[in-house]
Parts: sequence; structure tokens; C-alpha cells
Amino acid sequence: MSEAYLELRRRTAERDRSLREKVMSLEEAAALVKDGDKVGIGGSTLSRTPMAMIWALIRAGKKRLSCSRSIMSSEGELLFGSGASEHVLTSWFSQGIVWGVSKVMRLYTESKRARFEEWSHMAVGMRFKAGAMGVPFLPMRSMMGSGVLARLPDARQIDCPFTGEKLVLVPALNPDVALIHVQRCDAFGNAQMDGLQFMDIDLAMAANRVILTTERIVSNDQIRRAPDQTKIPFMAVDAVVEVPFGCAPHECYGVYEPFFKHLDMYAELIRKDPAKGIAHYLDRYVYGPKSWTEYLSLIGVEEMLDAARRGRRIHDD
Amino acid sequence: MTTETMTRARQRDYTASELLAVMAGRLLEDGQVVFAGVGIPLLAATLAQRLHGPGLTILFEGGTIGAFVEPGQLPPSTNEQRCTRRANMVLSSTDVLLLLQRGYVDIGFMGGAQIDQYGNLNSSFIGDPENPTTRLPGTGGGNDISSLTQMIVAMKHEKRRFVEKVDFITSPGFIRGGTSRRDAGLPAGGMYRVVTDLTVMGFDEQTKRMKVLALHPGVSLEEVRDNTGFPLLAADRIETTEPPSERELQVLRHLDPDKLYIA
Repeated sequence: MSEAYLELRRRTAERDRSLREKVMSLEEAAALVKDGDKVGIGGSTLSRTPMAMIWALIRAGKKRLSCSRSIMSSEGELLFGSGASEHVLTSWFSQGIVWGVSKVMRLYTESKRARFEEWSHMAVGMRFKAGAMGVPFLPMRSMMGSGVLARLPDARQIDCPFTGEKLVLVPALNPDVALIHVQRCDAFGNAQMDGLQFMDIDLAMAANRVILTTERIVSNDQIRRAPDQTKIPFMAVDAVVEVPFGCAPHECYGVYEPFFKHLDMYAELIRKDPAKGIAHYLDRYVYGPKSWTEYLSLIGVEEMLDAARRGRRIHDD
Repeated sequence: MTTETMTRARQRDYTASELLAVMAGRLLEDGQVVFAGVGIPLLAATLAQRLHGPGLTILFEGGTIGAFVEPGQLPPSTNEQRCTRRANMVLSSTDVLLLLQRGYVDIGFMGGAQIDQYGNLNSSFIGDPENPTTRLPGTGGGNDISSLTQMIVAMKHEKRRFVEKVDFITSPGFIRGGTSRRDAGLPAGGMYRVVTDLTVMGFDEQTKRMKVLALHPGVSLEEVRDNTGFPLLAADRIETTEPPSERELQVLRHLDPDKLYIA
């Protein structure tokens, strides 16, 4: 009866949760992810997307990753287009409204080469929250009467045992691995996040393994001077990778905004011919470069500086 | 109204999107807590803050409470740092959505791809959901917002968008009318207003069918009906809205100088 719960605890008990250094390369961190894993992705839409880690997983040739995120943007299209994933669980999936409905998302879902499993935004959050709490489900009051709920065999509608009201129960989501990008953390994985957190804290605590990428690694002393700023504790973290501009071409709060010119270029590329466009983009920007630094060079220093200048403006007031 | 006066009123110096944003913004009241989606709703709510509602609190699903979006710095979604400008608090996406469920939000404010006579919105599939002609981006927080609070929907008035029955209910309005929304398990909230570039509509108290309350300057009821794919009810006394003022248009254009949202 409690097999699933005991298994969840067993997987946590087996992790080395001691205060130890766990700094490694993108390639080493990618080796922690297995084909077929359930992968939770931090951030939302164009924000704090763990792009460098996703980039590394695609380059490592991962297959059948089942990916969940609050809202998916162009990273979801790279996962589909590269064949790394055929299943995405999210509430909204497109590059962003200013670019219209994404052509690669449409190509893959309409031809049924990949699946876009749609839950309401709050439902995705409650699933991670239940996972973080170690309970099998949480109740909520939206989705009822909609086509969204009707298409979800994993959600249940019940009559509340206390009040008799109709409620929806959404099952816990405990990803095999969570990918989360933060502004800073120490070598142990104590992570500090600025600005919008999205679902990242619940996601980290729900997952059976966490790979952190970070703009910079700071000392443990710095962390201990302001422990109230630590949002993810070291014991939940299995890998730390320092990757400056690790969300590019998406944004990292207070450090850089989205690289709009690059995103316009990407949108234009896939608008003409989604299949060829995404293949071309993957060749040039994902498979081609020798390193993340070389990838950034391809995007160009002008774009990086512009994004950074805009990103830092949030501190101006 | 004669043809001549209608033509005169139509020779206007603003676009349909600008008219929509102005009319939508007017529906918000100072002091309200508004949960806004990206696009026209975000813009209209920000416009309302600048004009008549300095105490309007805007929430975004990215986790923001009380943002004042900076003119010319409109965000590409409601999940970027531009959405946190001068906010009182940022919290998790899940927690800001839970404010809807707890009852802290007065108005949910969204756009829509397709709407039906009961205010149900579709942003998921065009055609058969099992075999769609177009897979749309999906609900985002739309379903949560429309399930849990009073809704204002702002959208372009086109026949292909105002359909008798939506292909898919992404965000519930009054479902099949009458008490069907409450019966489905949604006792709170519901559709309050639908504002378009032609009209402001509400919903009949009993049947929950869409009903014309006001027409924008130079627009006739026939024109609204011609652009709607289902029979529309009409209020006994239909009001005419005031045209956008120079001040409203000036502030609006200052907010979106690059025409990111107002095409």
C-alpha cells in the first residue's frame, strides 16, 4: 500500500546528503540523467530557464525525457526537435505571445510525434507541491467543468469528505531529476534566487535529484551571512555547475533580460519551415559549438551586453 | 444613428486595438485587486493605474503582487522581470494562483482566442481536440483564473472568435448556462464582462447568455450581431460608450510605443 511512498523515501535516503562539495562540468552533470527520466525544469517561460543544462542533455543524445515545467517556451521546442523528448507536461507551450503560436510545437503535437499534456498552471504547481510535501495528492478547486480536466486521466474529482463539495485531486509529481538555474550558490548547493521563484523550491524538494546551474559560485561564508536568502538547501542538491549566462537566450532576473534579437531570429527561422528551421538551429547553436562559451560567442558579445544592460536595470530605482 | 453620422464617428484617429485597450481599462476600478494576463489585459490594467486607478493592485501569474509596469518596457509574458517593477511582493507562481482560490482577487482579466455564448474560452485546440487543425498554447493560468474569480475578457470582435460552441473549454465561463457552472463544482466567480472593439457585453442573470450592454461610438447592434456567431441578447437600454479621449490615447501610446501589444 505504501510502496510508492517508501520508494520515494528510499531514493532520498540513498543520496549523499552530507555537506560536501559537488561542483562539476555540464557534461558530468548530464551523465546523472538517464534516458526515459522524468525531468522537472525550473523557471517559467523566458525566465531562469536552465538552458545550458538542457543544451548539454541534447548534446549528450538523451532520449525519451518526460519533461515538466510551469510554462514551456523555446526550450521545449529544442527538446522536441532534437528527439530528446516526446512528452511535455505543462500549462502553456509556445515561444511567447509576441511571436505568435510556435510552429515547432504545432508540428510535433499536431502530427502526434510528441505529446503536450496540458494541466492548469495551478495544477502543475500543486503537483510539485504535493511531491515536495511527501503526500500522494493535493485538492484544488479549478479545472472542473472544463475540457482540460476531461482529458486528464491522472486527476480525480471527488466529493469532499468534510463539506460534500466537489474538488479535484491532483497527484504528486516527483521528477527523477530537476534542472534549476539560480543567480548564485555555494559549492555545496545552497542556492540563492533573486526575483521570481516560480515553482522552483517545490520542484527542488519534490525531485529525486537536483542539478543546479548557477551564474556564479560563492563562498559558504557568504551564504551563512544571509541564510534567509537561501531558497534551496544543499542536502537537496546533487550537482553544482557554474555557467555564466546559463539561461541565454532567455533571462536571469537582475543579471540579463531575454536576448530579443536572437529570439526574433529563431522565430523567423522556424516560421518559414519549422522542421528545417529547428534542425538548422540545433546544428548551428547546439551541436556545432565546442563549449557553452563558444555557443555564447555565436550569439555575440553585442547581444550579451545589451541583454545584461537591460537585466541590471531592475536594480536602478 | 444615420449612415452619415456613423461614417463620421468611424473616421477616427485610433486603431481597433487601442479602442479595445481603452474600453477594457475603463472597466477596472481604483482599489481593486486584478489578476491580469499578458497582452491587452496587462496593458489596459496598467493604463487604468495611470489614469483613474493609482490604487489598482495588479497580480501576475509569475508571482507578482502590485506591479507598475514601466512605459516602453512591456514584458513578453507575465513571467519576466519587467513584471516585477515596483511590486510590493514576489512569491511563487503556485502561491499567487492560490490567492484566487482563497478569494483575494476581485477581477480576473484575460484575452481569448475563441469564446461562446456562455463565456467559455478556448485557447487549446482549433478543431477536434484529438485531431486538431491547430494546437494552441493552452490554458496557462487561464483556467484557474476563470474558475475562481469574476472575469473580464478583452478580445477582438470577429465571427470566427465568437462561436456558438467552443471547440474545447479551456477556461470555463457559465459552461452550459443556468446553474451548470455551480453544478460542475465552481460556486464562485464567473463571467462579468466581455469587452471588444465594438461593444461591452454582460450575461443574462438566469440563462447566463451573452448580452449587449453598450456599443462603442458609431457601432450599431446589427454590426455586432453580424460579427457574432450566435444569437446575442441585448439590454433594454443600450448605452453608448464615450470615445477614447486624447489623454487616454496619449498615455496608452506612451506605455506601448513599440506597438508590442497594440498592433
